[in-house]
Amino acid sequence: MQFALLIFESPEAFAARNADENDPYLGAWRAYYKALVEADIYVGGNPLAPPETGTTVRLKDGKRRVQDGPFADTKEQLGGFAILELPSLDAALEWAARCPAAAIGAVEVRPVSPEFKRRVTG
Amino acid sequence: MSGSEHESIHRVAHRTIERVARESYGRLVAYLSSHTHDVGSAEDALSNALLAALETWPQQGVPQIPEAWLLTTARRSFIDLVRHRQVAEASEPTLALLRQESKDMTLSPGFPDERLKLLFVCAHPAIDPAMHTPLMLQTVLGLDAERIAHAFLVSPTTMGQRLVRAKKKIRDGGIRFELPQERELPQRLDAVLEAIYAAFGIGWDDLAGVDQRGRDLAEEAIWLARVLLQLMPQQAEVHGLLALMLHCEARRAARRGPDGRYVPLSEQNCQNWSLPLMEEAERHLAEAASRARTGRFQLEAAIQSVHAERARSGRIQWNAIMMFYERLMRISPTLGTQTGYAAAVAEAKGAEQGLASLDGIDADAISVYQPYWAVRAHLLQRLGKTPEAWDAFDRAIGLAEDPAVRQFLLERRG
Repeated sequence: MQFALLIFESPEAFAARNADENDPYLGAWRAYYKALVEADIYVGGNPLAPPETGTTVRLKDGKRRVQDGPFADTKEQLGGFAILELPSLDAALEWAARCPAAAIGAVEVRPVSPEFKRRVTG
Repeated sequence: MSGSEHESIHRVAHRTIERVARESYGRLVAYLSSHTHDVGSAEDALSNALLAALETWPQQGVPQIPEAWLLTTARRSFIDLVRHRQVAEASEPTLALLRQESKDMTLSPGFPDERLKLLFVCAHPAIDPAMHTPLMLQTVLGLDAERIAHAFLVSPTTMGQRLVRAKKKIRDGGIRFELPQERELPQRLDAVLEAIYAAFGIGWDDLAGVDQRGRDLAEEAIWLARVLLQLMPQQAEVHGLLALMLHCEARRAARRGPDGRYVPLSEQNCQNWSLPLMEEAERHLAEAASRARTGRFQLEAAIQSVHAERARSGRIQWNAIMMFYERLMRISPTLGTQTGYAAAVAEAKGAEQGLASLDGIDADAISVYQPYWAVRAHLLQRLGKTPEAWDAFDRAIGLAEDPAVRQFLLERRG
């Protein structure tokens, strides 16, 4: 089954993205990505641009409401996601613990919902 | 009574409750559940008794035999719990338990110590092996599900459910509270030892940059091993397991530099190793050797003992380590043993031969096994095979969980 790792990062982690090639956070991410691919569990994923680049849209009583910034105002923000093919939640949690962001932010593990997808896509 | 007097009674009461809970928890649960097989209710009853103690002891003073007080109170609560549930089949053992009451109360510290039976029940072949350790931690030491969940990397709710399910199996599955037959004993004891060692978490730490799956339960594991040793002092492997864990525990302070950096075993400052723990480990290893029955844990402890020798001699006898690994390969050829053996071969006979040993390990098994990649990376680097070493380092870094280990490997990778 597929699991999404939702990667929540601190402002420091977002800032580290601009560091040079030898930055340990970047090195850890490269190695982690390689390990996911070599283990043959990586389905897909992407990093997201920093939260301040987000724009949130709502329609309230038919009126448009547009807000600068991300949906939730929290210190740690969604910084990216990875979809993994794994046999169990236990295995997914193991991989979440190895994620470089787990040590300085948080990683939420969520099963992908193929049932709902089928209802939507037909 | 003056305020300060009252305070001090309060403190004494709380300290006593803590001590009794720590020391007697397992004995009380084991005893209460040995008749009924109902570990869950025994735990609930004991929690109720501990709560009652927290309420009454600070006011009325600590009873003369705190354990006996807890047992009586827990037993009453236990009977209430079972009655409340009105489980028909549980009523007979409960009545039997009631009849026992008057008999036990006359014994001063001593109601029978049934913890050994409880340990064997927790590691029973009918119970999911993944639950052996969590069950022991909860029933013998009284750890809550949340703490166990953190250590085993599952959610607290899931761990709680798994524990409840396992206890239901113990209650309803006809698992007997008894010591194994002589012919089953080695295998059954092995399961108990494995479960205790799994709580310890740290595999082996003789390889640079190996991710130690710290479970934060090392003290609990050592406590369990001591309990087991007290109950089975004649078993060589119990001494072996305790020796192994004490040797590893002796190095806890040396494993990190002052700045939190990871320090591999061969680079640790022996001055920071705990001499008392090492000496205690050696005594248990000698005790085990005198029984002339080798086993996996004794061999692993012997390997750690050779490393500990460095504190005296200043050098590591890699030939001796390799020999112990060879014997270990014959009785317990786990992935850890095979990797450790290859690392020892590399030190004793050269990196080329070590690498050849690594190549002999099943390729499917090692794809997510971090220690293999850490060792491989170091050997390739030593042989000057830089691009391949980088690749192996990346795998080791990507599979590591401990940020300090990750950092160490990133620096070594260069």
